[in-house]
Amino acid sequence: MALPVDEIKKLIKESIPDASIEIKDLMGDNNHYAAIIKSSKFNNLSKIEQHKLVYKSLKGKMGNELHALSITTEGK
Amino acid sequence: MDVKEKIKNLINENDVCLFMKGTPDSPQCGFSMAVSNLLKHLNVNFKGINVLDDEDLRQGIKNFSDWPTIPQLYVKNEFVGGCDIVKEMFEKGELKKLLEEKKII
Repeated sequence: MALPVDEIKKLIKESIPDASIEIKDLMGDNNHYAAIIKSSKFNNLSKIEQHKLVYKSLKGKMGNELHALSITTEGK
Repeated sequence: MDVKEKIKNLINENDVCLFMKGTPDSPQCGFSMAVSNLLKHLNVNFKGINVLDDEDLRQGIKNFSDWPTIPQLYVKNEFVGGCDIVKEMFEKGELKKLLEEKKII
């Protein structure tokens, strides 16, 4: 099962409203993505906590509908 | 033994523990292969645990770490991260530093 880019962006924005998000569909198959996400919510958090915030915003889809999303996070 | 105990034992008994799909010699997923290769590149002696052999463990490690994806790297009982974090740390030289600080390499 695949998740379109707009849907991923929408989910992340709902939890992290100030996020600037760049997503690449690596294979053009709606299933292998790379995302760069910047948000002030990441400031002063460890990388693990930053990635957990993104995973939580995806509401359990990561590892299920969404197989491959590589994440790079940055504060702003 | 429940799965949580089993995971605790594994990360206690092995200084560097990689929960992965497949084995270090025969990884079954690109992300698991990437982390396994980085560890090999740094000459780390690590224990690869194939979660595909054990469905309880596959789910159990996700709950244990509160992390939804595999691979997951533990060093001296501490969760270091998944593929993206480990790769980023490697590129910045932080992975080597961490392993040196923990007296692994």
